[in-house]
Amino acid sequence: MTPASPPEALQAPLVVEFPFTRSLGPVQSAFLTGLRTRTVLGVRTTDGRVLVPPVEYDPVTADELTDLVEVAPTGTVTTWAWNPAPRRGQPLSTPFAWVLVRLDGADTALLHALDAPGPDAVRTGARVRIRWAAERVGAITDIACFESYDGAEGGPAVPHRVTFTDPVRGIVAPARLDYTYAPGRAQSRYLRALADRVTYGERCPSCRKVYVPPRGACPTCGVATDEQVEVGPRGTVTTFCIVNIKARNLDIEVPYVYAHIALDGADLALHGRIGGIPYDQVRMGLRVEPVWSEHGRYPDHYRPTGEPDADYDTYKELL
Amino acid sequence: MREVAIVAFGQSDHRRDTAETSEVEMVMPVLHQVLDAVGLRAGEIGFTCSGSSDYLAGRAFSFTMALDGVGAWPPISESHVEMDGAWALYEAWTRLLTGEAETALVYAYGKSSPGDLREVLTRQLDPYYVAPLWPDSVSLAALQAQALLDAEVDAEGTGADERTLAGVAARSRTAAEDNPHAQLTGSPPPEALLAEPYLVRPLRRHDCPPIGDGAAAVVLAAGDTARRLCRRPAWIRGMDHRTEAHSLGVRNLTRSPSTRLAAERAGVFEAPPDLAELHAPFTSQEVILRRELRLAEAVRVNPSGGALAANPMMAAGLIRLGEAAAAVHRGACDRALAHATSGPCLQQNLVAVLEGDVR
Repeated sequence: MTPASPPEALQAPLVVEFPFTRSLGPVQSAFLTGLRTRTVLGVRTTDGRVLVPPVEYDPVTADELTDLVEVAPTGTVTTWAWNPAPRRGQPLSTPFAWVLVRLDGADTALLHALDAPGPDAVRTGARVRIRWAAERVGAITDIACFESYDGAEGGPAVPHRVTFTDPVRGIVAPARLDYTYAPGRAQSRYLRALADRVTYGERCPSCRKVYVPPRGACPTCGVATDEQVEVGPRGTVTTFCIVNIKARNLDIEVPYVYAHIALDGADLALHGRIGGIPYDQVRMGLRVEPVWSEHGRYPDHYRPTGEPDADYDTYKELL
Repeated sequence: MREVAIVAFGQSDHRRDTAETSEVEMVMPVLHQVLDAVGLRAGEIGFTCSGSSDYLAGRAFSFTMALDGVGAWPPISESHVEMDGAWALYEAWTRLLTGEAETALVYAYGKSSPGDLREVLTRQLDPYYVAPLWPDSVSLAALQAQALLDAEVDAEGTGADERTLAGVAARSRTAAEDNPHAQLTGSPPPEALLAEPYLVRPLRRHDCPPIGDGAAAVVLAAGDTARRLCRRPAWIRGMDHRTEAHSLGVRNLTRSPSTRLAAERAGVFEAPPDLAELHAPFTSQEVILRRELRLAEAVRVNPSGGALAANPMMAAGLIRLGEAAAAVHRGACDRALAHATSGPCLQQNLVAVLEGDVR
């Protein structure tokens, strides 16, 4: 039994990354397909306004919208902001202005970037035109950005009657966020001890239960766990499953067994893989011990100790 | 209609980085603070509702782990919104109005320090036309501020100049000197602020909220239970929330019709408030809100310092309701307006009216 040590929180980089695949409604599909062919489409609302970018439903009446129209690739800046330090994923890598642009023939504005030499070259009311991306795939980024324009104003929106062949049906939007993960006091204490091959649980001062791994609070009493208790290293399989699906980037042959293991002295089972025994011989009550990988900071898996199985009554409350 | 009041409010100290604590370790002391204030245990609370977002710290299902700090086993009646805690309070309020519960615990927290908040918030935008451009939260607020600066200054209060915005910043952070929980306190005078460079023109650093970590909690109670738990309950006389069309280019960014409508339905205009806690993370947004809420010059606005002094995501709106209630509790205010916002450029707005009994 050791009093909880002063906080020395761990930190580690964490990247959350996912390519979102999104299907499109008919209006969105027409708009993005249009961009691929350097055509800007809007949609006319029941009260006659032209929305660009177009949406499937009227933002005021919620009517379904289908009346596609074509507008000009030129327009007017309705508001702007100077971005001196472009970030990952933004349209330009050099300083630029964020702009809302009302295209000629449209009644609403589109958000995009304006390539300009500096903030003094940008103003509300400035005339701009679309600079198209060299390669276009049917996405908002087919507009590379806007650029200054001093030519003639485009006319009103005209009906769009062309049916696109091979319309864009969906987009893939990659998303990546970078974090510095910090697990907090209790889990930092746990992970530090684990690196020395010692497993600490934490005891609830109210109900006296020992939680492994500790997360800082007793979920029954809602109070901080504050007393470290060494548990294990041996434990009992309380329940298990047989995994038949091979996980990506995981070098483990299937089938294998994943189990809840109640370490000796703990009042909550933790998860672990069972090895060193054929998968079909793993059973509830099996006594196991951790196998540490050579440079691992945590047990690679658990293997049988060879002890007689634990009696059901000793772990039935831990299922 | 059943009477429901905020009877306790607590918050953490808001800080730029709380890497030493997990979310539950940050939230738990605040929960204990409000429960102790009313002498209840978590198991005696009728309904619990929280507001948070996994995107901030990049932790899947983080709200379930935060729930450990409540003591949710054996199972309690509980709910969660992926929104500011002000909307969790709204859900709890409706639950109490139905008579299904006598008391509710509402809490919210946000740890923005593990991630890049300006980038994280791009993920709440329209995924087809806007999110692929990764426009960060300060840039979107700057577009709104520029629209306000471009607008004519009229008798109704539309339009503003950069000096007005700097004045909002200086007043808020000076007021925050009396708020022990604030993250940013004190300010040079507006003229000195205007000498600083732009962050995202037309916004300077002083126009933007601090990024930080924090948590807040309130206890709600109905009728005589509220009177028993609190010397001067902050009765919720009305509360409503509304949203704008989600495309920024459809909106007039200098106006907030959703705030006006929510205020009408919450009963704001039936009598003037003497205090207003506005959730305006950017200085320009306070100008817009003041007009929509028809706040007279005499109304004390954000004596706590508001979101310009501490803006823990998902909690800052609930804190506005809590600060307004706390002013009623201590007798510093008889009728308070509280406002919360969510999303880019005041996308969604919640307005509540709180009153104390006549002394």
